[in-house]
Amino acid sequence: MTDLSGGYEGEYPIVVEGLRNAFGEHVIHEDLSLRVRKGEVIGVVGGSGTGKSVLMRSIIGLQHPTAGRVEVLGHDMLQPHEEAGIDIRSRWGVLFQGGALFSTLTVGENVEVPLKQFYPEIAPDLRSEIARFKVRLSGLPEEAAYKYPSELSGGMKKRAGLARALALDPELLFLDEPTAGLDPIGAAAFDSLTRELKETLGLTVFLITHDLDTLYAICDRVAVIADRQVIAVGTIPELLALDHPWIQEYFNGPRGRAALAAKGDPEVESAMDSTGKTGA
Amino acid sequence: MTNGDTVHRSRGTTCRSTLFPSIRAGMRDYAEFTLSESDDGSVRTLALKGHLRVFSLGDLDARLRPLDGQFQRIDLSEVTDIDTTGAWLVSSYARDRGIETTGASEQARRLFAALGNMQENEAEPQPRPSLLMRTLGDVGNVMIGWGNGFLQSIAFLGELVAALFTTLRHPSRLRGTALVHHMQYVGINSLWIIGLMSFLIGIVIAQQGAVQLEQFGAEIYTINLTGRLSMRELGILMTSIMVAGRSGSAFAAQIGTMKLTEEVDAMRTIGVSPMEALVVPRVLASMIMMPLLGFYSAVLSIIGGAFISNFALDIPFWTFLQRTQEVVPITDVWIGLIKAPVFALIVALLGCYQGMQVSGNAEEVGTRTTQAVVTAIFTVIVLDAFFAIFFTEIGWK
Ligand SMILES: Nc1ncnc2c1ncn2[C@@H]1O[C@H](COP(=O)(O)OP(=O)(O)OP(=O)(O)O)[C@@H](O)[C@H]1O
Ligand SMILES: [Mg+2]
Repeated sequence: MTDLSGGYEGEYPIVVEGLRNAFGEHVIHEDLSLRVRKGEVIGVVGGSGTGKSVLMRSIIGLQHPTAGRVEVLGHDMLQPHEEAGIDIRSRWGVLFQGGALFSTLTVGENVEVPLKQFYPEIAPDLRSEIARFKVRLSGLPEEAAYKYPSELSGGMKKRAGLARALALDPELLFLDEPTAGLDPIGAAAFDSLTRELKETLGLTVFLITHDLDTLYAICDRVAVIADRQVIAVGTIPELLALDHPWIQEYFNGPRGRAALAAKGDPEVESAMDSTGKTGA
Repeated sequence: MTNGDTVHRSRGTTCRSTLFPSIRAGMRDYAEFTLSESDDGSVRTLALKGHLRVFSLGDLDARLRPLDGQFQRIDLSEVTDIDTTGAWLVSSYARDRGIETTGASEQARRLFAALGNMQENEAEPQPRPSLLMRTLGDVGNVMIGWGNGFLQSIAFLGELVAALFTTLRHPSRLRGTALVHHMQYVGINSLWIIGLMSFLIGIVIAQQGAVQLEQFGAEIYTINLTGRLSMRELGILMTSIMVAGRSGSAFAAQIGTMKLTEEVDAMRTIGVSPMEALVVPRVLASMIMMPLLGFYSAVLSIIGGAFISNFALDIPFWTFLQRTQEVVPITDVWIGLIKAPVFALIVALLGCYQGMQVSGNAEEVGTRTTQAVVTAIFTVIVLDAFFAIFFTEIGWK
């Protein structure tokens, strides 16, 4: 079923069906379904508090849903299976919204943790060199590898979290607002890094973001969460063709327009002109 | 062109398993290589084979090292797949030694290009000082830490007193809800455990005391021993130790975690003084509850003594209690009640002080909490010794 070198063979590395999440009386998701295709970057958007982070947490098994089915890389995440669980954990990388770095370890040591966990045969010297390489890959200066998380700025913490998520060159990446808190140059560098990794390594990326530029730049499809469900999944032109007020406002608002103008995608522009007369 | 002369393999096995990495660590497809020579013998080529990915590296690095300088070209045409770690390893190896790479796949070339854009600024870690210097440095730091810690906690006490005066002048600024909450936490919630502890200690004092006093036929003095010891010393001392462990540690951990999450800083920017909002209610609550707890503890310890003497000494329960009233002078009660707020101040102050000192990481919360408890108990015991001598000297024997 799973082969380390070949990666996941199926079509949908992430399958969510009929998901229901609730905190006490407060229902976050109700009958939510989403399929993520292999090798795509899927952007997940939605208003603040609509449950994007909770969705990610339920996919990676940190939040136990009250109903539904979650499948990652062909494995049912709700059936505890220790060996498959370990296997899957060596094949995904996760960046949390708050960074979630280990505060007692330096950035370099943070990146080494997954390497040490799964590939202990790599010599310590080489491992720390790989870690420093990942730190540079994520856009931090190499000195940052010797710093503790409390000595980093907010954006640097995000990048350090990204370096740890990329430590194993995983085939599945979960990123919760990776560009929040990054300067525009850093955000653009992140976009091109993600695109490069996706095209060369065939990564599948689950990307929660509020950054319209990132959406336009790297997302193959966008899933919109509203009213406790994924109300639409598709390319941006496809979404624009829909007549949903939130989607229209999201992409046709002043910021959506500005991001599009910067990107200058004729296909999207024509779709927008035909639907979004309301936009600024 | 190639006439492979050496095949290097690690751990011999190349089975393609469908198991999981942790289990098949020993039977993974490790990267391999062969060393060969061009026909005219001028160029030696290292041909890498198989996966060049993080899971297949193993000790590739170490296996390549002895071959340094023995080849002038790296051939990648037999590499089946590559990831950023593999690409980085090959490209930095080749660059450091000025070796050319050939046969890279489209995928590998794109990765090399992407990595090439990364600026390479090899920052060396700061050299570690020798063991002797580090030990000396650590000792010095600990000494300085003690000195500074003492001075700083005095300064903290000063700040607290200032905040208490402010609260006195503007009583409306006292956080009533917080005060009551901490009074409940420090006082009410610990009644059960302090009561049980004191009762048992009373039993031990009375029983052990009786065994010794019996030798002089003076068992009746067990009542004096239990009553006076409980009221004067043990009630408040044991309570202080229990409160230090229960509440002093909680204060340090609560405030320390708030420091880590920048809540304390946020308070300051809003104009809320952490001293008034966090420290004053905790210290006041402890100072109000500790005399009550200490008295309660002494009473329960006397009850424990009465309980055991009922069986072991043939002194009836009620007689024991009545006699206690006669033999314990009221000054003993005052001594306990005077010491209580002082000990409470020390326990709460050190808990809050250590919490405020937290910075950096989660481990710090743990060490600071431990320090809060240890220094509080130590200081309380030292002060208790001073009090004992002081009260005896002024004639409260
Ligand atoms: N541990 C929790 N306990 C109770 N409610 C929670 C918990 N975690 C999240 N929620 C609630 O779930 C909802 C969704 O939260 P979530 O963090 O997924 O939002 P989000 O879509 O990621 O928002 P943002 O874009 O701001 O990150 C919120 O209304 C939040 O109040
Ligand atoms: Mg979120």
